[in-house]
Amino acid sequence: MTLRLQTSGSLRNRLAITLIGGAAILALLIFFAIRNYATQVALQGQDNILGASVTSILDAASIQNGDVEIDIPYASFSMLSTPFDDRIFYAIYQDDRFLSGYPDLPVATISDGEREFHSVSHQGEVVRVITASRTLIGSGKRTRIHVALAQTQDALSSTLDQISRTAALFGACFFALAAILSFWATSTTIGQLKNLTNSITKRGPQDLRPFEKPVPSEMAPLVTSLNSLMERLDHSLSQSEDFIAEAAHRVRTPLATVRSYAEATLQRVEKEENRQAVRSMMRAIDESSRAAGQLLDHAMITFRADHLERQDVDLVELVHELVVRMTPIADMKDLELCLQSEDKVSYSGDPVLIQNAVRNLIDNAMKYSPNDGKVDISVSSAPELQICVCDSGKGFPIEELNTLAARFKRGQNAEGTIGSGLGLTIAMDVARAHGGDLHLSNQAKGGACVLLSL
Amino acid sequence: MKFLLVEDNQELAHAISSRMHLDGHVVEHAATLADATAFVETGEYDLILLDIMLPDGDGRTFLKAHRASDLDTPVIVLTARSQISDRIGSLDLGADDYVTKPFDHAELEARCRAVLRRKAGKSRTNITSGGIEFDPVAGSMAVRGQSVTLRNRELRLLELLINAPGQVFSKQKLSDRLFSYDDDASENAIEVYIGRLRKHLEPSDLKITTLRGLGYRLDNDA
Repeated sequence: MTLRLQTSGSLRNRLAITLIGGAAILALLIFFAIRNYATQVALQGQDNILGASVTSILDAASIQNGDVEIDIPYASFSMLSTPFDDRIFYAIYQDDRFLSGYPDLPVATISDGEREFHSVSHQGEVVRVITASRTLIGSGKRTRIHVALAQTQDALSSTLDQISRTAALFGACFFALAAILSFWATSTTIGQLKNLTNSITKRGPQDLRPFEKPVPSEMAPLVTSLNSLMERLDHSLSQSEDFIAEAAHRVRTPLATVRSYAEATLQRVEKEENRQAVRSMMRAIDESSRAAGQLLDHAMITFRADHLERQDVDLVELVHELVVRMTPIADMKDLELCLQSEDKVSYSGDPVLIQNAVRNLIDNAMKYSPNDGKVDISVSSAPELQICVCDSGKGFPIEELNTLAARFKRGQNAEGTIGSGLGLTIAMDVARAHGGDLHLSNQAKGGACVLLSL
Repeated sequence: MKFLLVEDNQELAHAISSRMHLDGHVVEHAATLADATAFVETGEYDLILLDIMLPDGDGRTFLKAHRASDLDTPVIVLTARSQISDRIGSLDLGADDYVTKPFDHAELEARCRAVLRRKAGKSRTNITSGGIEFDPVAGSMAVRGQSVTLRNRELRLLELLINAPGQVFSKQKLSDRLFSYDDDASENAIEVYIGRLRKHLEPSDLKITTLRGLGYRLDNDA
C-alpha cells in the first residue's frame, strides 16, 4: 500500500512559467528599447535636415538697402522632400514682426544663435518645428531674423511603424526561441529526476544497495541522503533478521540441553512416578520449543510476506523435497506420506514461505493421524493452483472449521497433542501473501483436508 | 555407530553424548571447528553432527571444506536458528539433513538412519543371530535367507531387543522408546508390535518371551 503523497505544485510548471515569463518580459523590453532607439534616431535625422534647411534659409537672409531680404533657396525645401509628401510650414519674423509664411505656426522664444526643436500640433497634424534666429547687421542697422520651419511626420511615422513591426517580429522570435529553450531545459532537468525515480522504482523490494550512477551535482545531496536512508533501512532489516536468528539460538540451545538430559534420565529411571514426571517435563519442553520456533517462524514469515520476493519455483519439486525430508519422522509413527502430482507445476512465489506453509500442514496432518495411517499430499495446477494435504485422523470439529486458522487457536480435539496453534495461521498468512487462500474441510471417509490455493 | 559431534555448548554436547551412549553409539566431541577438522583428518566416522554457530567460525564453512575434500562422511546439521533462514543455506552447501534444536533423539536417529540408507551399502553393523541377519541401518532383515520388510517401529523394537539379548524390557520402557511423548500410546500398542515381530521371527531361533508383570525378553533357543 502506497501512501498518496501530497504535492505542492509542479517543479516543471514552476520552472517553465518562470522561464517563459522572463522571456516574455525580456521580449517586451527588447521591443520597446528598439522602438525607442529607432524613434530617437529617426527624429534626430529629421532634426538634422530641418536644421540644415533652416540654416540655409537664414544664410540667404541679407539687408539690402536697409530692408531685410530673404531669397529662400530652392534647395532649402527640396532637401526636406520625402516619399510621403510631408508638408512643410515656415514662418519668418523680423524683430517679432511677421514677414512671411504661416503666421499661426508657433514660434519658440530663443536667444541669439540658439536653436530650439519641439513637436506641436499644427492644423490637426503633429509637426516638428525648429526655431532659429540670426542677427543681421548692415547699413547701420541691427535686426534680428526669426525663422520657424516645420515638417509633418508622415514619413517618420511610416518608418517608425516599419521598425516597430520588425522589432515586434524580433521580440516574438526571441520569445519563441526562449520558450522552446526553456521547455528543453526544464525537461532535461526534470528528466534527471525522472531517471533517478525510474531506477529506484525498478528495484526489487529487497534491493537496498546504494545508488551509484552519476547524478548532477545539485541532486547529489538528495541521492546521498537517500543512500544513507537505504543503508540504515538495510541495517535495521538485517538486524531484525539477525535478532530473530539470535533469539531462536538463545532459546533453543538450552532447551535442547534440557531435553537431551531428560531423555537420558528417562532411560535410567525405573520408578513409574518419576518416569511420569520426566515425561511431563519433556512434553513441556517440546511444547515451549515448538511454540518458540513457530513464533519466530511466524515473525520471519510476516517479515518476508511484507517484502514478498517472487521467484520461479517448481511446486512439485518443492513439495517432493519436503516429503523426503519428513519421511523419517513419518516412519517413526509408521505413517505413510503419499505424494500425488503432475510432473511439474511452475509458480512464481517465495519458495521459503511456501515450503514453510506446506511443512506446517504436513506436520499437522502427521500429528493428528493415527498409527499406521496415511497422509495424502497432492499438487495440482488445474482448475487452480493448489496443494492439498489430507490425513486419516478424526478431522476438524465441524463448528470450528472457520475459526481454526486464527492465531493461537487450537481445535477442541487437540488435547494430548503438542502444538502452538500457529501452524494454520502461518499457512494462511503465506497463502494470503501470495494472493491465495486456505480452505479447511473434512473428507467424507473421515480425516481432515487442508487446501492451500495460490 | 561412531559419531563426531561438533558443538560448542559443553552442556548440550554432554547431554547428547550421554543420551547416545545409552543407545550404544560412540560419540567423539569437538568444541571448535579447528578440533573438528583435526578429528575428521585422523578418525573415521559414520556420521558428523554439526552445529552452525561455533566460536571460531560458521559451521557452514566447515561443511563447505568437508564437501570439497574427498571424504564423504554424511553430515547432519544441528541448527538452533530459525529453520527458514538457515535451512536453504546448509542444504545447499551439502548437508545431508538437518534437525532443529531441541530435537527428539528418536527423530535424530531416524534421520541418521535415513541418511545412511541413502548413502547405501556402507553399513558394517550387520547383526547375525539365531538364523536372522539384521541390518539396522538399511532396515532390512533376512530370516533363514528369506528377506523380510520391517516397518519402522518393528525395526526399532527389534534393534532394542537384539542389542541386549536376555535383558527384560518393561512395556513402559519400550513404549517410551517407540512412541514420541506426545503420542497417547497405550501400552496395548506395544503388544501389537510385539505380536508382529514375533510373527516375523517365527522361522528363526529367536523368540520373544512375555514375562507377566515385568515385560519382554529376547531369547535365543538354539
